[in-house]
Amino acid sequence: MSGLRYVYAVCRPFRSALQTQLTGVAAQPPRQLTHHGLIAVYSAVPEADFAEEPLRAHLEDLDWLSETARAHQGVIDALTAVTTPLPLRLATVFRDDSALRTMMEAREEYFRRTLDRLAGRVEWGVKVYVDPRPAAAEAPAGKPASGRDYLRQRRMQTRGQERTWQAAAEFAENLHATLSSFAEDSRLHHPQNSALADGPGQNVLNAAYLVPRGDSEEFVELVDRAKDDTPGMRVELTGPWAAYSFTGEEGEEGEEGEAGTGGEER
Amino acid sequence: MTTASRLPEPYGQGSGANLADILERVLDKGVVIAGDIRINLLDIELLTIKLRLIVASVDKAKEMGIDWWEEDPALSSRARRRELTRENAELRRRLEELEPAGERKER
Repeated sequence: MSGLRYVYAVCRPFRSALQTQLTGVAAQPPRQLTHHGLIAVYSAVPEADFAEEPLRAHLEDLDWLSETARAHQGVIDALTAVTTPLPLRLATVFRDDSALRTMMEAREEYFRRTLDRLAGRVEWGVKVYVDPRPAAAEAPAGKPASGRDYLRQRRMQTRGQERTWQAAAEFAENLHATLSSFAEDSRLHHPQNSALADGPGQNVLNAAYLVPRGDSEEFVELVDRAKDDTPGMRVELTGPWAAYSFTGEEGEEGEEGEAGTGGEER
Repeated sequence: MTTASRLPEPYGQGSGANLADILERVLDKGVVIAGDIRINLLDIELLTIKLRLIVASVDKAKEMGIDWWEEDPALSSRARRRELTRENAELRRRLEELEPAGERKER
């Protein structure tokens, strides 16, 4: 079989079959390559799109990037349903099977160690958004009568917003403390730009939690409870994801990633 | 080899998944392995998406005084480095403004 090897993930052998209709990047089905009892899940992709030059050009194209990212995540998602995959970063491409084997051999220890650590766990994403608008609404509406009125209104608005942000930060911190004490591990990610979010508000917490599958229901309930008693805040739960945020432990190629710390947040 | 029997229904994923969430994970998390096709994702111009995801909101959050998550060492190394670079440039610029050309003191 010709074509480059686009690798999605490394995992241990799994019994359940992947959906037959499943397609990955470049509309190619995911295949498996076994090496020393580990499996690389990959698609054979055309050189015309995935050699260095075309790939670089494609990555500049938001539509292509989105489609590829969704396809990549689709395969990881399907794997997460049947096993614990170690997801590789987007666009990890090898020349052929033999190059892929060489990589697996070189990293065998790391793969085994990490797969052992993550086995049976999934990642849940929790984000908190705050909508600053209610605070602004506290200020009297209508045109200010004078410059002094204007300044006073501005001051009240600012103060109201400060209170809102402070409350949001506190809420996020408490929620994170609760969730991270339930989860096995957690990572704080940078808040997302609100322009990219679906709903209104500013993202003040963007965290990932590593939770055993069996405890997931309880974790989701914990998040749901926080959702209910918080006017002004929006709590968003995503998952279950493959443990994307918890694969790091070695600084690879000078990539600092989120790796290295013991996972203690406080 | 566990099956997913006890896993709750997915939240916020599927076709309607927030693209930012997906990009954040597939571009920024996961295992980094240099393949044969050498693409440094950080070189990709479009990764300003990522920068838009991250930098813009960090600055904005800081403006609002929300920075408690910066205490997290896992989080802040990158931010710190970027901040230092920015600060450096800013300081250099100010220094140049303060010291008219030719009058720069030796230190």
